[in-house]
Amino acid sequence: MSSGAETARTEPTAAPADLPVVPVRHPGRWVGAVVVLVVAAMFAHWLVATSALSWNVVWHYLFDPAILTGVRRTIVLTVIAMVIGVALGIVLAVMRLSQNPIVSGAAWLYIWFFRGTPVLVQLLFWFFLPTVLHSVSVGVPFGPSWFHTDPKTVITQFSAAILGLGLNEGAYMAEIARAGILSVDEGQTEAAQALGMTRLSTMRRIVLPQAMRVIIPPTGNETISMLKLTSLVFAIGYMELLTTAQVIYGRTFQTIPLLITASLWYLTMTSVLYVGQYYLERYFARGATRALPPTPVQRVRARLGLGGGAAKGADLPTSTLLVGRPHR
Amino acid sequence: MTEPMVRSAGVHKNFGRQEVLKGIDLEVQRGEVMCIIGPSGSGKSTFLRCINHLEKVDAGKLYVDGELVGYEQRGEKLYELRDNEVARKRAEIGMVFQRFNLFPHMTALENITEAPICVRGLDKKAAAERGRQLLARVGLEGREDAYPRQLSGGQQQRVAIARALAMDPKLMLFDEPTSALDPELVGEVLDVMHDLATEMQMTMVVVTHEIGFAREVGDALVFMDDGVIVEAGPPKDVIANPQHERTKAFLSKVL
Repeated sequence: MSSGAETARTEPTAAPADLPVVPVRHPGRWVGAVVVLVVAAMFAHWLVATSALSWNVVWHYLFDPAILTGVRRTIVLTVIAMVIGVALGIVLAVMRLSQNPIVSGAAWLYIWFFRGTPVLVQLLFWFFLPTVLHSVSVGVPFGPSWFHTDPKTVITQFSAAILGLGLNEGAYMAEIARAGILSVDEGQTEAAQALGMTRLSTMRRIVLPQAMRVIIPPTGNETISMLKLTSLVFAIGYMELLTTAQVIYGRTFQTIPLLITASLWYLTMTSVLYVGQYYLERYFARGATRALPPTPVQRVRARLGLGGGAAKGADLPTSTLLVGRPHR
Repeated sequence: MTEPMVRSAGVHKNFGRQEVLKGIDLEVQRGEVMCIIGPSGSGKSTFLRCINHLEKVDAGKLYVDGELVGYEQRGEKLYELRDNEVARKRAEIGMVFQRFNLFPHMTALENITEAPICVRGLDKKAAAERGRQLLARVGLEGREDAYPRQLSGGQQQRVAIARALAMDPKLMLFDEPTSALDPELVGEVLDVMHDLATEMQMTMVVVTHEIGFAREVGDALVFMDDGVIVEAGPPKDVIANPQHERTKAFLSKVL
């Protein structure tokens, strides 16, 4: 594999090695580091020493059942809204790239509308829709209906939240998915078609898996953004994490501690997403580079000398490099 | 007389206002290797792409194995074929591209087995077995699990040839298969193509700049310039004794 290049790099060039080498000094870096450390120490000291943040209140509410319910609801909202958003986004992206002007025009109009109005407006719109729309029916257009219902029974705070967040996200995801699809070389489609693959299977088997490399980083961004965007549903009174915290501090007036509690949960959830995104990106990067860099876990194992069994296949040359020099 | 594998009659193709093919007439017999040479922009690649309908013919008729490409004639009308019918016909024609166009997210073996599984519905084990044989045929046994980016250009192009062969094509199209390769890698690809022509008696249309290959392996040679066929004939005659000024000028530059 690429081990030839790696070994060449680890062996120092022979010529100037006989003489002592004086590395370049970086005094500016030291000054900068000291300044940063002092400021960090001051901040840490304030965090611990101040009574204003009332850490005991933060800890008390961190695992409060109401807060945990809020956390669960935030996760559920985020997951469902993102699933709707991604699925809708891919469909809209394919529609926008369609040759049929009506189909691509419809997708364009959808994206234009849902990106062009605030999410908050959309959330309120869905929630208050039953006040003007009294009946929804499914049947032949302009003909008989087989099924009809009153929106009041369908639109709850939860379903309005899902509709508002998911449909809005679909518009953003559409552009992300379109960028991903466009990033795949035309030659890939041609090669697949020359092999007799249909448009659909070309898209599913060849184009989308490659587009995912471009789609995932901004989708991670969108997911993190969605996690926090769910807090907007306080406007329609749905009790997710932030609304729950607000209700509690509205009663106890411990505003800052409860906001810290909520923030700690948001940070925790975001961090979990980071890990998920890292491994997802790695999966779709297969074949994109000659050898994938080792994961942090593999790196730690390699440094502790446990790397032998853990790092395998394409990872081996790079992880041996981290240990020091290739053992042979 | 048997029907030729490819028959082209007055094929025209325009890109916008520019006329790229101005009436191409030629026949490729079964088992024959036809090489198409010519300066860049002469329309030779475009013609090749018309054969498997990657480009739509604007006027004239193009037949592969006796069947019209891209259309069906019923009475006095030509009916455009549906996507899946076009796809079915393409499945019988192998194509090798200048830039390989291997699927980078799949291993060498997966590249080869993808179409047989997805298009022909072959089961995975049988497809993999056949894939291994084909890789061995192009001299790449043991590289089944390599991703395209881990292979050299010449190796990638050989995988691409194996990928096309996996569909058991009746005709193979090569679009400048060695133009993107380093000079020392050209030979290994030409060897595989030579093997296809002599061992498998594959019908091949090869757009190329490799005059040596055309002379040794080709049964027919066509020189195209500016969207028309300037000269055609047995390769040795055309190369040794070109009749037209434009052919002479081109050959003097590439030989």
